[in-house]
Amino acid sequence: MVDPVLSVRGLKVDFGGEGRSVPVVRGVDFDVYPNEVLCIVGESGSGKSVTSLAVTGLLSETARVHGSIRLCGIDVTTADPETLRQMRGRDVGFIFQDPTTTLNPVLTVGRQITEGEVAHGRLKKSGAHARAAELLREVDIADPEGRAGQYPHQFSGGMRQRAVIAMAMAGQPKLIIADEPTTALDVTVQAQVLAVLARRQAEMGSAVILITHDLGVVAEVANRVAVMYGGRIVETAPVAEIFANPRHPYTRALLRSIPRIDTSDSRLDPIPGQPPIPGALPKGCAFQPRCAVGRDQPLCKAEDPALVAVGDQRQSACHFAGALPAEAIAAEPRILAASAAKHEPLLVVDGLRVHFPVKTGVLRRTTGWVKAVDGVSLSVNPGETVSLVGESGCGKTTTGRAIMGLVRATGGSIHFGGQSIRDLDHGTMRKARRQMQYVFQDPYASLNPVLSVEDIVAEPLRIHGLYDEMGGARRIAELFDMVGLSRTMLGRYPSEFSGGQKQRIGIARALALQPKLLILDEPVAALDVSIQAQVINLLQDLQRELGLAYLFIAHNLSVVRHVSDRVAVMYLGRIVEESSRDGLYELPVHPYTQSLLSAAPVPDPAVRDTRRRIVLEGEIPNPASPPSGCTFHPRCFRATEICSANAPSFDRYLDFATRTACHHAGPLEGRRNVFASGAMEIAS
Amino acid sequence: MRKLGSKTLSILGRLLASKGSALALIFLVSITLAAIFADFLPLNPVAQKLANALKGPSATNWFGTDELGRDILARVIFGARTSLVTAGGAVAIAALVGVPIGLVAGFFGGWRDAALMRFVDVLLALPAILFAMAMIAVLGRSQAAALIAVGLTGIPSFARITRAQVLTLRKRDFVTAVEAFGGTATYNMFRTILPNSWSPIFVQVVVLCSVAILLEAALSFLGVGVPPPTPSWGEMLRTGKSYLHEAPYYAVLPGIVLTLTILSFDVLGRALADLLEGRRDAVIAPKAEEVTS
Repeated sequence: MVDPVLSVRGLKVDFGGEGRSVPVVRGVDFDVYPNEVLCIVGESGSGKSVTSLAVTGLLSETARVHGSIRLCGIDVTTADPETLRQMRGRDVGFIFQDPTTTLNPVLTVGRQITEGEVAHGRLKKSGAHARAAELLREVDIADPEGRAGQYPHQFSGGMRQRAVIAMAMAGQPKLIIADEPTTALDVTVQAQVLAVLARRQAEMGSAVILITHDLGVVAEVANRVAVMYGGRIVETAPVAEIFANPRHPYTRALLRSIPRIDTSDSRLDPIPGQPPIPGALPKGCAFQPRCAVGRDQPLCKAEDPALVAVGDQRQSACHFAGALPAEAIAAEPRILAASAAKHEPLLVVDGLRVHFPVKTGVLRRTTGWVKAVDGVSLSVNPGETVSLVGESGCGKTTTGRAIMGLVRATGGSIHFGGQSIRDLDHGTMRKARRQMQYVFQDPYASLNPVLSVEDIVAEPLRIHGLYDEMGGARRIAELFDMVGLSRTMLGRYPSEFSGGQKQRIGIARALALQPKLLILDEPVAALDVSIQAQVINLLQDLQRELGLAYLFIAHNLSVVRHVSDRVAVMYLGRIVEESSRDGLYELPVHPYTQSLLSAAPVPDPAVRDTRRRIVLEGEIPNPASPPSGCTFHPRCFRATEICSANAPSFDRYLDFATRTACHHAGPLEGRRNVFASGAMEIAS
Repeated sequence: MRKLGSKTLSILGRLLASKGSALALIFLVSITLAAIFADFLPLNPVAQKLANALKGPSATNWFGTDELGRDILARVIFGARTSLVTAGGAVAIAALVGVPIGLVAGFFGGWRDAALMRFVDVLLALPAILFAMAMIAVLGRSQAAALIAVGLTGIPSFARITRAQVLTLRKRDFVTAVEAFGGTATYNMFRTILPNSWSPIFVQVVVLCSVAILLEAALSFLGVGVPPPTPSWGEMLRTGKSYLHEAPYYAVLPGIVLTLTILSFDVLGRALADLLEGRRDAVIAPKAEEVTS
């Protein structure tokens, strides 16, 4: 057998001073072999990023590292700084999460990606530009000679990340560490970047450690998977095994708690509780309080299980790894909202436009318009969930905020309950807002830090002068019960809550005035995977109990499929396709919808070899200068001359329920379902 | 409220944990107490005993006596009253005018911002001491005039610090959230943004106290501050200067008290900035030399 590139034994990392040291990594063993992609999966605080920094000796002074780390024959824990520096330049490449902060804004991209090689004396300065162009070409950047002389701000997000990959690969490293490399990118761009990363890795035979929380990405690229929880690896196995037959209750629960783009209506099965905080770990097995198998078992409470082999190439750290019950009870089916087509629609938006002026020069003259939203029409019926999906910059959030009156609409009409609510004066708008509330994406930023959570939830009632009328403190306590928070938490401050709990508080606040419609702006995007399911279930329960309508704004296609009744796909300020949920996911007719669906990673390694992706070229154009005709035509695989000349109208597709804006609308050739079948037509 | 109390206590505890800020706090508390209860002390700042003029420090007159035979210690303590009242009043005026200006300018932006901040820039462009002297020339020489003059020169720093704070908070989701459920702009400014801005404003209050005390002393030193016979530190420095040769303690001792007071406010301000905001050099304040030059 080949020697591993990296071999880690008994790695422990503690942070903090004397007496109150916090163990962040608590005994991690793993090996990475050449030409292998090891994915480390875990939630925030599981110690996955710290592990990756420790193996290259990049942790700060305050960290205390124990154990042995052998990287390419060098013992990292005892090596002197100069040896480490040499090793990092030669043998290891890094790809970090955010390409905007990885690249230095004042140096040209070409200089940065060759800097390492020049500094280590392997490349002459005179040859640097040619080498930079060569490296950029290898990661599919168009016009590499020209691009090498440009600065990072002239690159788009996906191109920056590809430049970072080029930089990491420049020295032909034996090991590449990629920490959440695609988390900051949109799904179509993520597909491009993962494809480039996989190709370059295969060409060079490097070992890759890929750290991620996205099980879809894992299924897409991994050879082997290590699952981390509470500072330890709890399970490791080849990728197919992990997904097919997880041998640790945490892995199993995690897989069952994520909504999947390719399946149906079963209600999510969330993991109860919160991920543990390093420094306040439960006794015994760290997962025991949340575990369906080991909860309150005396053995699990007393003893932290060791990571032991449970089969060929696989290990699990569970007392019951050998005796896990076959498959827990099938999750109960999700209850679909009753069809509400007979009702008057609650919200009707017609031709909504939000254009922001671009002002330049000393005189601040308006020289152009950013068409953030450019003619959006949609309707939401009572009790129904309508989703707006799209990549960043497509205008979905601006649409939501314009409906809420937080951003001024520049055209079109918005009717709520039959009454126009566009451009209302303050008093009337205030009344209308009682019926319609907003839940924000970032639970950390949307709660006022100086108020107690009781006051935060009561604030809408106080502002409308309804606090006493609606029951005062009793009403607040009821709202807490409704969102599953304990009444004992009423007097606490937002900083004392975890992300999922804060989002519950945000939902309780939105419900205080008994609205009929909630606008949910990416309500689970900022939450840990195991917490997302709890919040999604809560939203669905509330909808059923209170008959709420949701306008659900999201980029995650799996979550959208799980929660929606109807779905509208946005691209560059317009809706390009709208249909019932199943209509859209099973028979998408707009090429953008088709590529979006095909680019979304599916958490099932079995389909990765059979499923072909449509990898779109390029990225979303600047909304200040959108392409002529159909704004999608420069990236579209069906575009013809007519597409660049005329914008298609938004019409019904044949006699289907689907409405779409495309000159060449139609299903992918010969396929009814993107996910039911194997191969798909390849983007031409 | 209980929560707030415990927070205040913990900040106080951390202030006392550092030697410098503990000393500063103790000095300021004692001088404030002395100024408040000066009437109950066996000291008389105006009783003249000409036979006893310009005597050095002794058991009866710890700081010595001045050219009219008055007890210098008594005059320093009663002078503290003048200084602290003027400084406190001036900072109150500066905060009460400056903070709302910053709030409105930052919150609404646009023409309101432009108009208000240009007014603030005008105030800032005038040298503080000249501006204060001009104000006193108009209002006449009195403690109230000194107070108003010093207060007006403090407005820009409050306006700017508040505006900067509002600009960072304005686009935060929890401010938008209040807007989303129908809160008015006034509600948002005073109930959401202001409570989140207390830390830098409070730090600024402490720092501006030192500046105001110095400016008040400078005005008295130039002979346009609080009129005699009310004792004031600047006035004592001014008279003491003439006797620097035969009675150096006359100017030096009040000078030391003045310096220590200003130093204490400064040390305390920096320590608070560290504690409340976790950053150093965060304080926008006119530097002492700008004030006196």
